[in-house]
Amino acid sequence: MRSENLLRSAKVLAASSALGLAAGVASAEDYTRFGIEKDVPGMCSYESIDAKDYSGRELTVITHAIPVIGEPTKLHAEQFSELTGADVEVVHVPFGDLFQRIMIPFQTGQDAYDVLFYASLWLGDYNPYLANVPEEYQSTAGMQGLTDTTRDVGMWGGEMKQYIMDGDRHYLKYREDIFSDPDMQARFEEETGRELTVPETWEEYNEVARVFTGWDWDGDGDPNYGSAEVVKRDDLMFSAFISRAAPYAKHPDVGGGFFFDLETMEPLINNPGWVRGLELFVEAQESFPPGGTNFGLGDEIFSFGGGETLMSYSWDDALIQAQQADSPIRNDVRTQMLPGAREVWNRETGEWDTFEEPNRAAYITWGWTSAVAQSSRNKDMAFDYLCFFSNEANTRHDLQIGRFGVNPYRTSHFDADFWADDLGWDRDMAEQYVETLERIDAYDNRVFDLRVPGVGQFMTSLAAGVAEAVAGQATPQEALDGVAEEWSRTVERIGKDRVREAYANVVEIEDAR
Amino acid sequence: MYRQKHLFLLPGLLVLVAIIIFPLLFTIRVSFSSWDVFQPGLDWIAGANYGRLLEDARYWGALGRLMIMAVGTVLIQYTLGFALALLVWGDLKARRFFRVLFLVPMMTTPVIMSVIWRTVFHESIGPLNGLLQALGLQGVPWLSEPALAFASVMMVEIWQWTPFMFLLLLAGLVSLPREPYLAARIDGAGPIRTFFAVTFPAMAGISIAAILIRLIEASKIMESVYVMTSGGPGTATETSTYYIYIRGLRDFQLGYASALSVTYLVIMIISLTIIAKVLVRLFVKDRT
Repeated sequence: MRSENLLRSAKVLAASSALGLAAGVASAEDYTRFGIEKDVPGMCSYESIDAKDYSGRELTVITHAIPVIGEPTKLHAEQFSELTGADVEVVHVPFGDLFQRIMIPFQTGQDAYDVLFYASLWLGDYNPYLANVPEEYQSTAGMQGLTDTTRDVGMWGGEMKQYIMDGDRHYLKYREDIFSDPDMQARFEEETGRELTVPETWEEYNEVARVFTGWDWDGDGDPNYGSAEVVKRDDLMFSAFISRAAPYAKHPDVGGGFFFDLETMEPLINNPGWVRGLELFVEAQESFPPGGTNFGLGDEIFSFGGGETLMSYSWDDALIQAQQADSPIRNDVRTQMLPGAREVWNRETGEWDTFEEPNRAAYITWGWTSAVAQSSRNKDMAFDYLCFFSNEANTRHDLQIGRFGVNPYRTSHFDADFWADDLGWDRDMAEQYVETLERIDAYDNRVFDLRVPGVGQFMTSLAAGVAEAVAGQATPQEALDGVAEEWSRTVERIGKDRVREAYANVVEIEDAR
Repeated sequence: MYRQKHLFLLPGLLVLVAIIIFPLLFTIRVSFSSWDVFQPGLDWIAGANYGRLLEDARYWGALGRLMIMAVGTVLIQYTLGFALALLVWGDLKARRFFRVLFLVPMMTTPVIMSVIWRTVFHESIGPLNGLLQALGLQGVPWLSEPALAFASVMMVEIWQWTPFMFLLLLAGLVSLPREPYLAARIDGAGPIRTFFAVTFPAMAGISIAAILIRLIEASKIMESVYVMTSGGPGTATETSTYYIYIRGLRDFQLGYASALSVTYLVIMIISLTIIAKVLVRLFVKDRT
C-alpha cells in the first residue's frame, strides 16, 4: 500500500516536474517577490492562481492567533488576494476560543466562515458541517504526495473532509552530545550498572532522566535536568500522557479500540496498561526542571530547545527551537520514535504479554488542519485558497519557519537534503530525523486521537484525572477510575451508538495495518 | 400626565431588558436544555443539569476554593489599601507621584500581568527564585506545589486590585470632616486612638461598599488562574469561574455550564447579601 503510494507520488511529481519545465519556459512572471524560492507549476501554483479572477468576491477565514498557523494564514491570504483580486478577511482567534468560535456558527446555522483552520482532532465534532474536498483537488500533486498517515488524518467515513496542511506526531528528542560522551557514559554505568543507551522503554527513559537530573552536565555553570514534558493541565498534557501510556495499553495484536472497547463502548482508560503509563508519568516528576510539573508546551520547547534538559518528547517545535541559528545545542540533538514497553497489557486475555523487542505505538496526535464549511457560498474560491496555501512553493517556505507551526506531511518533505542543504542541519542529524518521521509514518501499531463527538469533554476529564495523580491528590488507579466513570457518563449523554459510529472511523484506520 | 410620565421610562427599561434581563433569562432557559457540542438547540430536559451539578464534586470543590480565595484576597487588599490610603492622605512628600504609582497595577491588563507574573514565579528562569538563590536560599516551587500555587494566585490578585481599595478609601478619607479630628486632638488622642475612634468608624460605610464591590469582582477570578496554573497542580487552584469556562467553552456543554452559572449566581447573591448585612450590623449599626 505504502510503496504503491510512493510510486504514485513519484509519478505525479515527475509529471509535474515535466509540466513545470514546460511552463517555466512559457512563463516570464517572477513570483519570488512573494518570498518563495521559485514557483512550482501545478494546479495551485502562483501562476495558476494568478490566472484566476475573484475580484469583487469576499472570502472569510478563521484561524489561530499569530504566529502559529495564524501567520502563514495571513501571509498566504494577502498573496491570494493580490493574485486573484479577492477580498480575503482573516479572523485570528486565541486557541482557547477557537473551537467555540467555529462551532457556534455551525450550530446556529450561520454562514460565518468559508475557510477554517483548527486542530484535526475536532473532526469528530465538525464533520457534519464540512464540505468534502473535491476530487480535482485530491488529484493535485500536493495531495497525492501526502503520506499515508497524514491522508488518514483528513478522512472521515471514507470521505476526505480535511485539507491537510500540517503533519504532527510525537517523537523522542535527546542530546546526542551527552549520550555519546565517554565521561557521561561512565557516570551512568557507575550509577545504574548498565550502558548508557537511547531509551528503548519508558522505564529506561525515567532511569536515564533521573541520573541526569540536578547537576551541571553541559558545563555552563547551571544545573541540568533529565526530562522536559508537557504536564500543565489543559495545555495539551493529554497528548503527553497518551504518548507514555500507549505502548503499555496498545497491544499490536489486539484491535477493536484503544480508548474504548468498540463493541461495548466501555472505557479502557483505567486498565492496567494505562495505569502503568500514568505511574511512570508520575514517577518522572523527579527528573523535571524546577516548575516542570507546570510546564506547558512553550515551557517544554524552551527547556529542551534551550539546552536545560537531556530529553523531551512532543511535536517538532522543541527540535526546531534547538536548531535555531543562535542555539547553544544546534546539531547536538537527535530524534527517535517514542520509547516503548516490554510488558504490554492484553485486554483480551486480561494478562501482561512480554515483548523482547519493545512494543511501540506511533502516536499521530493533534496536527493543524483546514477545511471548507459546507455552508460556504464560495467553495470554489475557498478550496483554491487552501490549495494555494499548501502549494509546493509555499509549503517549502513555511516548513523553514519554526513559528509558523507547519511540520512535514508529504513524502517530499521526508528528504534529508532539504533539511541539510537548505536549513544547514548536520547531514547525520537530518538523515536520522527523516528516518524517524518515516518510521513513525510506516509503523503498524498506530494510535490516533479520539476523534469523536465531544472529544473536548473526554480530553479535559482525562487531563483533570492525570493532573490529580501528578499532584498526588489521587493514586494513578483512583485517578483513572474517576476518568473512566466520567467517560461512561459522557458516552451515555452523547449516546453510545453515536460515539461508537464515530470511534469506528478511528479504529478502522488504527487497525488497518 | 401620569401615564405619559411612565412612557419616558420606556427607553431605559428597554435597554435594561436588552442588556441585563434577556441574557439572564436566556441563560436560565439554556440551563434547562441539553445544549451540547453534539446536541445544539433548546430542548427541554427539566432539572437534569441541576441534578447533575449536585453530584459534581469538582464544582463544589472549586466553589469552596473560590470562597477562600475571594475572602482572603479582599481582606488583605482592604488592609493594604487602607494603609496606603492613610499614607498618601497624610503629609507625605511626593504624594502625587505615589498616588499614580499605587494605581499602576490596576491600570494594567489582567491577562498580560498574569503572563508577567507567571514568568516572575517561573521556577527555572523566573527572577524571584533567581533572587532567592542569589541570597543563598533554596528556590521555591511557586506554581507546582498546591498550597504555594494557591498563594501565588492570591498574591497576583492582591497586587492587581489593592489599588482599587486604595482609590476608594482615599476618596473616603479626603471627604471626611476635619472637626472630629480637631476634637480628638483637643482631647489628647494619639494617632492610633484617633484612627480607631474617629477614622475607622467614619470610613465604615465606604469600607463596606469597597469590600462588597471587590468581593463581587473577586468571585469572578479567572485570568490569573487561566494563565498561571490552568487550575493546577491537580485541581488546587481551580475556581468556579474557571471550571464553568472549561465546561462551557472548552467542552461546549452550554446547557450544563448555564446551570452551573445560574447556581453560582444564586449562591453569590445569597452569600453577598448575608455578608453585607453582617458587615452593616457589625460596623454601621450605631449610626443608624
